[in-house]
Amino acid sequence: MKYLAFAAGLFSASAALAETPTLTVYTYDSFTTEWGPGPLVEKAFEAQCGCDLKLVAAGDGAALLARLKLEGARSDADVVLGLDTNLVQAARDTGLFAPHAVSATFDMPVAWSDADFVPYDWGYFAFVHDKTLSAPTSFRALADSDLKIVIQDPRASTPGLGLLMWVKAAYGDEAPAIWDGLADNIVTVTKGWSESYGLFLDGEADMVLSYTTSPAYHLIAEEDDSKTAARFDEGHYMQIEVAGKLATSDQPELADQFLDFMVSDAFQSIIPTTNWMYPAVTPEAGLPDGFDTLITPGKALLLSPEEAAALRDPALAEWLTALSR
Amino acid sequence: MADRAQPVSGAPGIGAALCVATLILGALAAVIWRAEPGSGLDPSDWQALRFTLIQAALSAGLSVALAVPVARALARRRFVGRGALITLLGAPFILPVIVAVLGLLAVFGRAGWVSQALGALGLEPLRIYGLHGVVLAHVFFNLPLATRLILQGWQEIPGERFRLAAQLGAGPGAIWRLLERPMLARTAPGALAVVFAICLTSFAVALTLGGGPRATTVELAIYQAFRFDFDLGRAALLSGIQIVLTALAAGLALRAAPGSGFGAGLDRSVQRWDANTPALRLLDGAAITVAALFLLLPLAAIAMAGLPGLTELPASVFHAARTSVLIALLSTGVLLLLAVPMAASIAMARRAAWIEIAGLLGLAVSPLVIGTGLFIVIYPLADPRALALPVTALVNAVMALPFALRILVPRARAVIGDFGRLGLGLNMGGGPFLRLVLLPRMRAQIGFTAGLAAALSMGDLGVIALFADQDMATLPLQIYRLMGAYRMEAAAGAALLLLGLSMLAFWIFDRGGRWHAEP
Repeated sequence: MKYLAFAAGLFSASAALAETPTLTVYTYDSFTTEWGPGPLVEKAFEAQCGCDLKLVAAGDGAALLARLKLEGARSDADVVLGLDTNLVQAARDTGLFAPHAVSATFDMPVAWSDADFVPYDWGYFAFVHDKTLSAPTSFRALADSDLKIVIQDPRASTPGLGLLMWVKAAYGDEAPAIWDGLADNIVTVTKGWSESYGLFLDGEADMVLSYTTSPAYHLIAEEDDSKTAARFDEGHYMQIEVAGKLATSDQPELADQFLDFMVSDAFQSIIPTTNWMYPAVTPEAGLPDGFDTLITPGKALLLSPEEAAALRDPALAEWLTALSR
Repeated sequence: MADRAQPVSGAPGIGAALCVATLILGALAAVIWRAEPGSGLDPSDWQALRFTLIQAALSAGLSVALAVPVARALARRRFVGRGALITLLGAPFILPVIVAVLGLLAVFGRAGWVSQALGALGLEPLRIYGLHGVVLAHVFFNLPLATRLILQGWQEIPGERFRLAAQLGAGPGAIWRLLERPMLARTAPGALAVVFAICLTSFAVALTLGGGPRATTVELAIYQAFRFDFDLGRAALLSGIQIVLTALAAGLALRAAPGSGFGAGLDRSVQRWDANTPALRLLDGAAITVAALFLLLPLAAIAMAGLPGLTELPASVFHAARTSVLIALLSTGVLLLLAVPMAASIAMARRAAWIEIAGLLGLAVSPLVIGTGLFIVIYPLADPRALALPVTALVNAVMALPFALRILVPRARAVIGDFGRLGLGLNMGGGPFLRLVLLPRMRAQIGFTAGLAAALSMGDLGVIALFADQDMATLPLQIYRLMGAYRMEAAAGAALLLLGLSMLAFWIFDRGGRWHAEP
């Protein structure tokens, strides 16, 4: 009898669950970890939507898109969160995304309007170093110096691709000469950001390709103010992270609601100290203490998704030629 | 084959080999099936192929060449801590790549211990990045494996042979010529093939230590094809090249290795009267010391980096550790079910090369390709996330199969060669022969295999990344996630935990196999 009652209880519980709609959001790994934005975002959104928010981790940004392409129109995903501007064109070309209806005033250094993708945070790429180092102020000065840097491979890593675009956006046709000059400064090229950053912290290089916001992590989470980022006169290339709604979603209203929530204060105030990026819409309370110590680039560089897609292969070929010598 | 009576049936092994081949080639076929017409090979691929072959050949050659003196020293010396040393020597091989690379660079990097010592003497720091760095790292990973495989060859020479040699007054030179060199001729080609296959699919190590895109390997090109271009056709094509290269290497190695053994012994303990000269003692001592320093210093660096983080590991790390242990146990079970019958079949069959090559496929095929292929197959049928555990365990088992066969086959061949006719003569039947002769006499090798499989599975990222969500993360995946979130100290602590768990698993199985078996 007991078992029957237990089974009946299970059954009714699952029936009750089935009535709660589920919104499935595919995102990158670090978003869903216990120290990432995921748990807080889930709590805040579920408090207002009467739904179950399911965050599914699928590697990093590029792996996320590959996963979506593998699953195609049959995907369970309603929303994909975590593509960056370099991936937007490829994502749009899949034809899997639907236009959004979000209107918000974004606090970003460049104007953003895109029919399919909504930004939720952004940052500048930069070379992070110890404060004791007198850092160069441009790629040229870096190339002329004896400083050693560690970077990521653009074929395997998002920031690595960002650096490629940074040099291309700043120098255009002169990019190959810049890479030639940098070749003897590059200690090594790693598969991902983690390897590079680990090598830098272990003292293998003077500077590492990361973000202007990286020192904020050390300052706020570790109370270590020894790190800073080098400010380059050419300006700094931006990374804007976006989310989009899938055309095949079975919860289109909830997906819209989530995208609206994403640019609201509740979501945006979580971002700075969990994702260590700038929120796309500055929360009313402002940025957390410590963010004011970060460098502010003089110029923000960003290629449009179309330009980025068109320049990617030639820029990669230049990079390979310069560094393979 | 069929015209000769056999002590046990070869059918289960042939079935297992077919299963493995179907799994891997099926996954590859699924990727090809899903591919849209993409680009073929371009000049940079040929360059990547060249670099891949050069570094793999150098790494394999050097690993095995250096393993010979180390294995010989370990085979003819008994000293306190020998067992612990042999266990510890296996550690580099099972570490997640990122952890091992950081440990290696803490010793040999620009700011590493060696460079610091050189700096104190007023010398330039080591220049580790380049082809020599890639080879150094691969030797670090594979020297222990090669040493264990070759050491096993020494241990399989029956004690009676050394006794006879001593009675006949054979010196070290004669023993080398009569016993050791023929043994090496049988074990070294297999070890070479396995190390070559491992290095063929290297990517993150080669790139990081190689210092940049000069060190592009075929595996990196596959990764790029998947993520950067989503060109599945190209990925499958490159993966096909890896498989062909591995099969060629395995074919050559099997051809080079003669099959005959040393005949049966009475399992007396081995005593080496020949090796007691002071010069040989010194030589062996030096080989063991140098190898131990080379392999243990980076491990010490990892342990030192990990200790501070060990006390405040987040709960998710322990959850991931549980998942990893579970996968490791499952995968060890699956591996033994595949490997033992396959080893028996290979030992009995006259034309068994295809079974051996099927067993090597797990190393030849890129984890990314096999993971994607399985995802494509499973996705229309079931939620891949629900199958994360069994799929990961299965793939890990298949990837450990090549090592298992290298360990099991020589012994199985010897046991069946020595006792097969006796079993047939006694009309034992397959079951009793397996239970009373084959398995007991292979106990040490099965234990070693199980230990290696458990440790490898614990440390391997394999395909879990494609299938797991955050609740299903394994320990290596969790280490990557911690590092990706700036938590380097916690990641180092988790890496030390992983190292400890892997070594423990290895030690338990390996010890279990050798219990009461080796003096």
